[in-house]
Amino acid sequence: MPSLKDLRNRIASVKATQKITKAMQMVAAAKLRRAQLAAEAARPFAQRMETVLANLVGGMGPDAQGPALLSGTGKDNVHLLVVCTAERGLCGAFNSSIVRLARERALSLMSQGKTVKILCVGKKGYDQLRRQFEKQIIELIELRAVKQMAFSDADPIGRKIIAMFESGEFDVCTIFFARFRSVIAQIPTALQLIPALIPTAAETVGAQASYDYEPNEGDILSTLLPRNISIQVFRALLENAASEQGARMSSMDNATRNAGDMIKKQTITYNRSRQAMITKELIEIISGAEAL
Amino acid sequence: MAAFHFELVSPERLIFAGDVDQVVVPGSEGQFTILSGHSPTMSMLRPGVVEVMSRDGSERLFVRGGFADISATGLTILAEQAISLAELDAAQIDKQLRSAEEDLEDAQSDETRQSAAMRRDQLRELRSALNI
Repeated sequence: MPSLKDLRNRIASVKATQKITKAMQMVAAAKLRRAQLAAEAARPFAQRMETVLANLVGGMGPDAQGPALLSGTGKDNVHLLVVCTAERGLCGAFNSSIVRLARERALSLMSQGKTVKILCVGKKGYDQLRRQFEKQIIELIELRAVKQMAFSDADPIGRKIIAMFESGEFDVCTIFFARFRSVIAQIPTALQLIPALIPTAAETVGAQASYDYEPNEGDILSTLLPRNISIQVFRALLENAASEQGARMSSMDNATRNAGDMIKKQTITYNRSRQAMITKELIEIISGAEAL
Repeated sequence: MAAFHFELVSPERLIFAGDVDQVVVPGSEGQFTILSGHSPTMSMLRPGVVEVMSRDGSERLFVRGGFADISATGLTILAEQAISLAELDAAQIDKQLRSAEEDLEDAQSDETRQSAAMRRDQLRELRSALNI
């Protein structure tokens, strides 16, 4: 039986923890709003980019051989997995679920005899993958200093991927991140970057026949495709940022609630043992008086 | 003058959307003006100034790394960076340019040197655009 003082201390420490988790939840809620707005603001660009690319690719005809970024190297021996995770923990299963998806993919690729290379964006994913895939991880990119994700943060990552592709270091590139559905649902997603998956434009087919290109289709496509990679990375990072805050918010909400439950339980035990002690003392006094 | 729909988007946000009368864009093969009913065109843009004229007046924006898509529904410019010229001021840019040049000289590692050089080049583009 813990003493009253122990119980009091325990309640105080849980209360302190609850204050911290509560504060973290509110910070995450504020950050989530901003991250969500940023993710939404970035959507038009990605959509337009997709339409334009679809038009271009559709206009090229089925036989035309596009740039390597579009058609791939024709092999799929070496896979690059770009794993985007958070820089900080305490956000529920957010990091682990992305890592789990990436790990499953890596293992299945390796069992098929393919070579796997991993590029980690975010420290938490690196920490989790390092134990198992020490040799496969080629680099860790930390975005710890970044407060508000800007395109200039994503662009270097995109450029690095393209530079690696051009030097023939991999054939297929897939990016892993968590798509933001809602505060309680973040879906770990794998998206293939290279070769690019471009939806074919079905509706605009009629209009594009008369398109003028300046300077010409090939040049435009070969500048747009690398840019599209950066855009996709940027989008993944933004979605990830929103998902991270959402996951943190709901997990901190849970923690706050758990702490509340614990305080309630502890308080009941505390009161009971206090009362038991008082009763015991009273009985002692009364029985002492009766004995006289 | 017949108006058409114009949108200017950067990766971070939608910068401009609305009906305009005329847009002058710095195409990679020379500047050209887009009016309503322009034939469908896709053009790369060089860093420069986009001039938008609408009924409410005109606006000048600096774009970098851009791309224009003219279709039957209107004009869309996708730009990596777009800044309204009204927000810019030549003296400020000169100051930033000088500091970027100093950074470049002081740079220790390759990485900082590269980023300083990039910033310097961007600012130079911006300045030359302002002088037009």
